[in-house]
Amino acid sequence: MSQTALSAHQLTSRKSRLSGDAIFAGAALVSGVFVLLLLGAIILSLFIGGWPAFHAFGLSFVTNVDWDPVQDVFGAAVSIYGTVLTSIIALVIAVPLAFGVAFYLTEVAPTWLRRPVGTAIELLAAVPSIIYGMWGFYVIVPLMSQTIQPAVIETFEGIPVLETLFAGPPFGTGLFTASLILAVMVLPFIAATMRDVFLTVPPVFKESAYGVGATTWEVMRSIVIPYTRISVVGGIMLGLGRALGETMAVTFVIGNTNRIATSLFGPGNTIASIVALEFPESPAGSLKLASLLALGFILFVISFIVLAISRVLLKPRTGG
Amino acid sequence: MNEATTSQAEPITGPTLETRPEIAATQAKIAIRNLDFFYGDNRALKSINLDFPERQVTGMIGPSGCGKSTLLRCLNRMYDLYPGQRATGEAMMEGINIVDPKVDLNALRSRIGMVFQKPTPFPMSIYDNIAFGVKLHEKLTKAQMDERVEWSLSRAALWDEVKDRLASPASGLSGGQQQRLCIARSIAVRPEVILFDEPTSALDPISTLKVEELIDELKQDFTIAIVTHNMQQAARCADRVAFFYLGEMVEVGTAAQMFTAPRELRTQQYITGRFS
Repeated sequence: MSQTALSAHQLTSRKSRLSGDAIFAGAALVSGVFVLLLLGAIILSLFIGGWPAFHAFGLSFVTNVDWDPVQDVFGAAVSIYGTVLTSIIALVIAVPLAFGVAFYLTEVAPTWLRRPVGTAIELLAAVPSIIYGMWGFYVIVPLMSQTIQPAVIETFEGIPVLETLFAGPPFGTGLFTASLILAVMVLPFIAATMRDVFLTVPPVFKESAYGVGATTWEVMRSIVIPYTRISVVGGIMLGLGRALGETMAVTFVIGNTNRIATSLFGPGNTIASIVALEFPESPAGSLKLASLLALGFILFVISFIVLAISRVLLKPRTGG
Repeated sequence: MNEATTSQAEPITGPTLETRPEIAATQAKIAIRNLDFFYGDNRALKSINLDFPERQVTGMIGPSGCGKSTLLRCLNRMYDLYPGQRATGEAMMEGINIVDPKVDLNALRSRIGMVFQKPTPFPMSIYDNIAFGVKLHEKLTKAQMDERVEWSLSRAALWDEVKDRLASPASGLSGGQQQRLCIARSIAVRPEVILFDEPTSALDPISTLKVEELIDELKQDFTIAIVTHNMQQAARCADRVAFFYLGEMVEVGTAAQMFTAPRELRTQQYITGRFS
C-alpha cells in the first residue's frame, strides 16, 4: 500500500476507525469486568450455600473436630488441620529440592542440558493430578507400607517425640504419603519460579562477586538469594496455593478419616478431599451440603489469600 | 622471581612492541604474547602482544567491539563463566599463564581485581560489601577487619563520606559513591592488578574526576589496566595507551606519543575522530 493511498484511506475512514477502537475497548472492558464478576459470584454463591452451616454452628464450625452426618453435627477443624499440615510438610520437602534444581539449572548445569531439564520440569507441572493420584496409590503407597514406614517406625521407637510422630500401623496411606505426593506436584512450580527469578539477577552483579574471587556457591548465597529473596518466597507461596487446593491425588492416598492423627503416618483428610468424597452423598438442602459449601468457602479464602500474597511478592521490582 | 619470569616471557616477543625499546615496558607485571580469544568460532582477539608495566596505568582505547573489554575479561578469566568462550596463547604474570585452564580462578581473582562499567554494590551493608571479598581469602579478627575496611575505604577516597553509616545498605549511596565503593571492594582484597572496564561511563563529571584522581593515586601500589571510550580520560590517566581495532592491537606507546604523534594511520584517524 502506498503512502498516499494510506493517508487518503485514513482521512475517509477516520470516523469508523475511531468507533472500531471504542467497540474494542468496550469489549475488552466487558471481558475484564466479567472475570471479576465471575470471581465475585463464585465467592458469593459459596458463602450463601454455606450460610446455613455458618448460621447453625457459628465460629465453632472452624474449631469443631466432629463430622457426624447421623447427628447432623459438622466441623471443619480436622480437614483444615489436614490441609494445612500436608501442605506445609509438602513445602518442607519440596522447597530445598526445588532450590537445588533451580540452582543447578541456572548456575551449574552445562548449557546443553539446561533447556531439556528445564522443559522436563515444566512438563512435570502439566501432569494431570489424577495421574499423580494413581501413581501414588499403586507405587508410593505399597512402597510406604512395606518398606519405608516399617523401617521408620522401628528406627524411632523409644525416642520420645519422634516415636509419637512416626507411630504405626504402616497403612501406607496417610498424611505423610499425601504430603509426599503434594511435594512432587508442587516441586516443578516452585523450581520453575525460582529458576526464573534467579535469572533476573543482572550478570554484572554476579561477575563482580566472581571478580573478588567468590565461588559459585558464595555468589549464590551472598548475591543471588538476597537479590531474589522476596520473589523466591512468592514462588513458594504459589506452590503452597497449589498444595492447599489439590484434590484428586490427595484423596487417593490420605486415608480419608475424620480425626486428628498424632502420627504423620496416620490417616486424615483435607478440605478438598472431604468435599470430593462427601459431595455425592449430600442431598440438596441438607445441612451436610451447606457444611461442604462452607468448607469450600474457607478453602477459597485461604487459597485466595496465599495466592494474593504470592502475586505481591512476585511483582517485578527494579534495583536492589 | 619477577626478573626470571619476565625474561622467560621475553623470547616470544611480538614484532610491534619489543623492537622499540623506548616504549617497551620497564618491568612487565603482565606480559601478553600471541593471545587469541574466541566467542565460539568468532575470533575476537588476534595475536595480541602487550605488556602491562608494574605500577603504571595502561589505557586501552578503540571503537566499540574492538576487543579491548574482551582483553580485560581474559586477564581475570571472567570469560570462564560463559561456555563457548576461550583464550589461547600466553598472559604471563609472575610465572603463571593466566589463560591456562588449570589456574586456580579464585586465587587469580584475588590477585587481579576488576571494576565494572556500572557500580555493582552487593545487596548488603557498606561494611559487608568491603568485607565480602576479604572474608573469602583471609581469616581476620573483627579488629583487623575494621582496620581493613577503613584502609580500603580511605584509599578509595570514600571513608569520610561513609564512616558514620557503615551499617546502612550500600544501595543508598550515590552512583559515584557506589563506584568508589566498588573500587574499595577491589582494593580490600589487596590485589596486585586492578582492571577498570569503562569505570566512569555511568558517572557524572564530578564523580568521573574523583575516580580519575583515584586511579592516579592507586598506581603507586597497583598495576592498573583501564578500558575507556573517552580519549581525554586515557590521556589524563594512562601512562601508556594501546589502540585496538577489529580485534587487533594496532599500536601502543606512551600517552603523549599516542596522542601527539601516532605512528599508525588508523590510530591517527581514531584519535582525531575520523571514525569511531
